[in-house]
Amino acid sequence: MKKRLLTLALTLVMALSLAACGGGSGDTQPSGDSQPSGDSQPAGDAQTAGDSSSSGASGAVYYLNFKPEQDGAWQALAEAYTQETGVEVKVQTAASGQYETTLMSEIAKTDAPTLFQVNGPVGLANWKDYCYDLSGSAVAGELSSPDFALMDGDSMSGIAYVIETYGLIYNKALLEQAGYSADDIKSFADLKKVAEDITARKDELGFSAFTSAGMDGSSDWRFKTHLANLPIYFEYEADGIGDTDAIKGTYLDNYRAIWDLYINNCTCAPTLLSAKTGDDSVAEFVTEQAVFYQNGTWAFGDVADVGEENLGMLPIYIGAGDEANQGLCTGTENYWCVNKNAKPEDIQATLDFMYWCVTSDTGLDYMCSGDEGKMGFVIPFKGNLESTNALVNIANDYVAQGSTSIKWCFPTMPSEEWKNVLGSALTAYAADQTDANWETVRAAFVDNWAAEKSK
Amino acid sequence: MEKSIKRYFPVFLGPTFLAFLIGFIVPFLMGIYLSFCDFRTVTDAKFNGVQNYIRAFQDGDFAHAFWFTALFTVTTLVLINVIAFAVALVLTREIRGTNIFRTVFFMPNLIGGIVLGYVWQLIFNGILSRYDLALKISAKYGFWGLVILICWQQIGYMMIIYIAGLQSIPGDLNEAAEIDGANGWQRLWNVTIPNMMPSITICTFLTLTNGFKLFDQNLSLTAGEPMKQTEMLALNIFNTFYGRVGYQGVGQAKAVVFFILVVTLGLIQLNMTRSKEVQQ
Repeated sequence: MKKRLLTLALTLVMALSLAACGGGSGDTQPSGDSQPSGDSQPAGDAQTAGDSSSSGASGAVYYLNFKPEQDGAWQALAEAYTQETGVEVKVQTAASGQYETTLMSEIAKTDAPTLFQVNGPVGLANWKDYCYDLSGSAVAGELSSPDFALMDGDSMSGIAYVIETYGLIYNKALLEQAGYSADDIKSFADLKKVAEDITARKDELGFSAFTSAGMDGSSDWRFKTHLANLPIYFEYEADGIGDTDAIKGTYLDNYRAIWDLYINNCTCAPTLLSAKTGDDSVAEFVTEQAVFYQNGTWAFGDVADVGEENLGMLPIYIGAGDEANQGLCTGTENYWCVNKNAKPEDIQATLDFMYWCVTSDTGLDYMCSGDEGKMGFVIPFKGNLESTNALVNIANDYVAQGSTSIKWCFPTMPSEEWKNVLGSALTAYAADQTDANWETVRAAFVDNWAAEKSK
Repeated sequence: MEKSIKRYFPVFLGPTFLAFLIGFIVPFLMGIYLSFCDFRTVTDAKFNGVQNYIRAFQDGDFAHAFWFTALFTVTTLVLINVIAFAVALVLTREIRGTNIFRTVFFMPNLIGGIVLGYVWQLIFNGILSRYDLALKISAKYGFWGLVILICWQQIGYMMIIYIAGLQSIPGDLNEAAEIDGANGWQRLWNVTIPNMMPSITICTFLTLTNGFKLFDQNLSLTAGEPMKQTEMLALNIFNTFYGRVGYQGVGQAKAVVFFILVVTLGLIQLNMTRSKEVQQ
């Protein structure tokens, strides 16, 4: 009998351990700590301990960074700031696609991030109780336009810190080899003609039209978010709105057409796309296996290897709106927010750090320079520097020519869940391009929009 | 001796108990409480009754995850135990190199689940890409991929338990049966297996619960693709909790339901196999 009780107790112990797995301890998540944080800080601290009292720095900054590709630059910038002022700055970067989950567990800690970011109104809805009102702060005064502030009623909950542009990056030399130039592509019909011609002569040319439209988590946002922005934008424009509770999917046929073009004219069979990663796509572009690569200004560091003179960027034509004047997609989904619940001295330190980033020479250099190890951003602040990022300059040319930029409407997408469901549906459709599977995509786009918005 | 053990038992028991308290009891109780709350982060929660449970049961994906998990568990339970038992029988024979074989079979168990998932993803995709297919395009591939992965990982572990069980059966029982004229099949069925019931109880319990709570391998191998069709219970709970704004409480409620489910199934199974055990 005693033995029985013992085994029963052991059973319970094991069962309990299961529940703990499913439970809310929050430390079970697999990623998020993929980047080493600024652990070298104590050394820097000791070194500058002498003058830290003189600068009156008592707080510390903890920035939870959203952009994995800029992690190195942020770490370096944080170190530079610590050396200059003696204020400790810790930068932690969430793995691609894991920002919300990382933030959720980090912010519950005693040592919570003092500076985090939301992706726009939808992201803000989740975190507004944690956002410090930035109105009247020094850094808010540096904004080049009040449009770049993210308002929650009267409270300035977030401020944009980078403006980005995406489109179809292409390799000029390869396009010429195929017998075309950018001037031949002025509409979706042109793009389709060129891409299908390249595919037809794929073996002779030795390269494909598009890089693989990978649907792995490291790459699927290019299609379930960025490409999906176009049909949403054109629908908003046609209806004269900026957000909606029920999307109609007016331009879904165009979405299907461009997606068909991508998946059937890329470097691999469409059935293989579910396993292709963002790195695969970059590698294909850099090693000249494909002409077109859909991505944005932030990817300059990745694609710079093909040579600045070879890089161009085209608008993503989907056969909607006024194609002759269509520009690139420009906007932001990166808003800085300061954690209201942090210690007052930490909040002050964070505000000082933000101000320093967008006004000091060192800060501006790191933010705006396109050099190796810098961020190459266009920042919506008065101090913005002339960019050395070739893609940014191409984007500026479009604006100078008077093209109409496509706004970033994806911050109005109902939820991450909506994007994920759409991504899965696109993947399934790519593997088997039937009308029935496209119906799943349509349902994910239209029906699920209403369902998620109502939650 | 007895007396000093009695006097010092807090010293020996204390640290483990404390760890158990912090690591299991507290999160468990907190988890139950939070399942009745609306919350974003676990430190500030508002009570909202059974709302979370209602939403959890309305979720079609949760039901799908349950049936998928059940099917997966039954499949792996049978496969792992039959194969592990067979391997154990072979490796308790007098053949050369049994120790090497035992080590090799056991080794997959030493690798972490996430790593295994990614390694097997590469293997499966490498093979499937020859036919222009990929693991994540069909739930069928995902299901069998998971089954193969788990069998590969767990057969060695169960094998070790079965070997220990086989070695503890007194040799004279089989000898006596042989003298009485029982053939190999009859000896296996009527002597070996009844004597192995304690090991079978443990192994079926482990494979049953492992199947239900499978998470790492599921996350890294298929991540629920395509369209959540290969999403198992634990992953569904994780995705509910972390993936959706305002669904943390629902995820927590699902976790409590999950706990009750696994405990109930585990206890039923223990009772069923336990009753077949014989006293030696």
